[in-house]
Amino acid sequence: MSADYGAQETVLRLTGITRRFGATLANDAIDLTLKRGEVLALLGENGAGKTTLMNILFGQYAADSGTVEVFGKPLPPGNPAAALSAGLGMVHQHFTLADNLTVLDNILLGTVPLWRAGFGRAAARARVLTLSRDFGLAVDPEARVGDLSVGERQRVEILKALYRDVRILILDEPTAVLTPQESDALFATLRSAVAGGLSVIFISHKLHEVMAASSRVLVLRHGRVVGQVATAGTTREALAAMMVGAELRKATVTPGTPGPVLLQLRGVHTSKDAAGKDDRIGGLRGIDLALRGGQITGIAGVSGNGQAALSDLLSGLLAPQAGTLDLGGTAQGQWSPRRALTAGIGRIPEDRHKTGTIAEFTLTENVILERYAEAPFARAGVMDWAAARRVTDDLIRRFDVRCEGPDGVIRLLSGGNMQKLILGRVLDTAPRIILANQPVRGLDIGAISYVHGQLVAARDAGAAVLLISEDLDEIMELSDIIHVMSEGRLSPPFARGSMTAAQIGLWMAGQGFDEGATDAA
Amino acid sequence: MRLEPIANPALTRRLGLPALALGATVLVASLLSALAGADPFAVLGLILKGAAGSKFAALETLNRATPLIFTGLAVAVAFRAKLWNIGAEAQLYAGAIVTVFLATGLLAGTGLWGMALVAALAMLAGALVLLGPVMLKTRFGVDEVVTTLLFNFIMLLIVSWLLEGPMKDPAGMGWPKSEPLERAMRLPRLAEGLRLHWGFALALIAAVLVWFLQARTTLGYEMRAVGHNPRAAAFAGIPVNPVLVRTALLSGGLAALAGYSEVAGLKGHLSLDLSPGFGYTGIIVAMLALLHPLGVVFTAIFVAGIFVGSDSMSRAAGVPTYIADMLLASALLLMVLAIGLTRYRVVWK
Repeated sequence: MSADYGAQETVLRLTGITRRFGATLANDAIDLTLKRGEVLALLGENGAGKTTLMNILFGQYAADSGTVEVFGKPLPPGNPAAALSAGLGMVHQHFTLADNLTVLDNILLGTVPLWRAGFGRAAARARVLTLSRDFGLAVDPEARVGDLSVGERQRVEILKALYRDVRILILDEPTAVLTPQESDALFATLRSAVAGGLSVIFISHKLHEVMAASSRVLVLRHGRVVGQVATAGTTREALAAMMVGAELRKATVTPGTPGPVLLQLRGVHTSKDAAGKDDRIGGLRGIDLALRGGQITGIAGVSGNGQAALSDLLSGLLAPQAGTLDLGGTAQGQWSPRRALTAGIGRIPEDRHKTGTIAEFTLTENVILERYAEAPFARAGVMDWAAARRVTDDLIRRFDVRCEGPDGVIRLLSGGNMQKLILGRVLDTAPRIILANQPVRGLDIGAISYVHGQLVAARDAGAAVLLISEDLDEIMELSDIIHVMSEGRLSPPFARGSMTAAQIGLWMAGQGFDEGATDAA
Repeated sequence: MRLEPIANPALTRRLGLPALALGATVLVASLLSALAGADPFAVLGLILKGAAGSKFAALETLNRATPLIFTGLAVAVAFRAKLWNIGAEAQLYAGAIVTVFLATGLLAGTGLWGMALVAALAMLAGALVLLGPVMLKTRFGVDEVVTTLLFNFIMLLIVSWLLEGPMKDPAGMGWPKSEPLERAMRLPRLAEGLRLHWGFALALIAAVLVWFLQARTTLGYEMRAVGHNPRAAAFAGIPVNPVLVRTALLSGGLAALAGYSEVAGLKGHLSLDLSPGFGYTGIIVAMLALLHPLGVVFTAIFVAGIFVGSDSMSRAAGVPTYIADMLLASALLLMVLAIGLTRYRVVWK
């Protein structure tokens, strides 16, 4: 790299990047330029095409058309090694560090030849110290990574990139795992890093962070660039409107008839998961929610904001740490999946492969998974497989599951058929409350409308349906009542059609309903 | 090199590859025999003859298979629930200690009914030995491979101490062995003059019961669900940790029956060489049977046959008996490889 960098020199230029996956256009003629010493925020909902674009930049995929230029030189498509040696580096949401090694060892890992004794550890250490001073990344090179906080680990990841001579750093949702204080520290780090000559692409869907950290914003929606503005010249409202789109999908489903409240949450706090290790992030922070029979209640929001905890709570995997869970007027003491099932909660889990089914089991064995111990499937501890097979045969017919038969292994089913079987398993017990977490993710259009139709039919039969989805269109289409979820909290409920896209977008982006009222961690 | 899963392997693949593995095992054995300076065909013939060539040989093989069926079942039950019980050896000795202790002490002279009670208490002892490691696993996440394996050595030291001290036979001329069980407290032979005891019949009954339990009861269903996917099992309301504890109790109890049957059916007393590694060999037996309880009966007889046949071959042909260990090791490795290859295709690139 011979050129003297002018203040506004372009270090990265993507031109007309297009990439198609089957019928979906993941990236549609995207142009992007990055100048030296700037922080470019890449903003967009899940599925907007951010990840695909970065994968193309890093050579994980080849683009169908379009070119990538780094420091004025074209980058060969589909070649990760070329991207790395051109000075591109990425810090992922999930760190790739070895907990039992020191910071220095982690940074050196993979840069040192395997079979050489004296590789100049002292020199390496000095260089790490210089980098950490120049870029404002304070961290002790001799500390064990396992002892560091999440924020410090992220600094190690950035140092690791800098040590490998990265000149263009891409941060993928860097604040998803950080506390607000750690996020502020990261933004300060980024400011001093760009002052040191680094260029940064910052992927996010949180508006206040984009406003705080970036100098320019590029907004993606449905694979297309829908806006490009200087951060100083825009507002959160304008960004939110761009991100969500000006128009909301109109409902095609007739509204439900509200019945009695079947489940009520009051001030519920939970940890992130059943292990309960880290309750700062991912858990619920004071949720109020009332589910009425005959209604579909939709939870909109970007995933990772507590939806998993809400789903685990209703599934019985997670108990409230504070607050109450009422089912038909009775507060629940002991709470478990078995009790949730007994209370009449039917559950469609987010991950049908890992949570919803046992891959090695047959269809029959999977159908009775939640009621194997009850008659007619078991009497006095002895299974009646003929009865189980009859019920499975019946479900296969009623729910139109395309398969070899009840004795086939479920692993061989397509996603849509697997989901239909799970749906059948849930609806067969006529549950009063139905939890549907991302019920149509990854399904084709036919299966989607089938699943949606069944949920609406269950609603019309009087069930309370809780629909959790990242897809705002799906929420708007089906739900009678909608909440937006952000950072473990729920917005007040509103009826479908009573909010503008920009308002919902702001809430989804972590702005609005209770700004400033964060927990003192 | 990359492994690519095969969605629905063809029958030829599922049967052909294990057959190929068996053939390769024979080839390995032939090479080893040739290395030892013997005629491979003669050696294989002698092993076969020694294992099943006469009524005496066949009964000897079944006798040797008896403890292997028990330990094989113990391992199969535990492994099916992904509970890695490497400690069948320790549980076997726990069963043997309790058998000797009760049959020569408190319950001496009670006859067959007494022995039924002894069997139950021996199982309880084996179950309790595995309870510790499984509690450590469910409570604190301690790896049961380590704890159950180390328990084997602890148990051998306990046996050693017992046989040098409190349980030492006063009439044993100083040898480290226990007082023998009186005739009335021994498991009878299956038929008059037949050198095969009731322990073998018990082992067959146990295999059928374990099969029934796994295939036809709610507990068996729970054990398989937890083994395949604990997350989905927990989501469906199956109490994962209690199921693991129940699995451990059953597995430990089955292994203890191996010790009970060896003491009460074959040896008549406890000594440090009661088990030449039946607990460990049980792992091979269970793996070769693909953890199927009825398959365990056949693989146990196969493995016992190789041991018994190699012993007799060694006396006749002068090839060391270690060939039995080599044979089993290569049979296991090749079979595991073959089973892996029925489900995955190797892609070179």
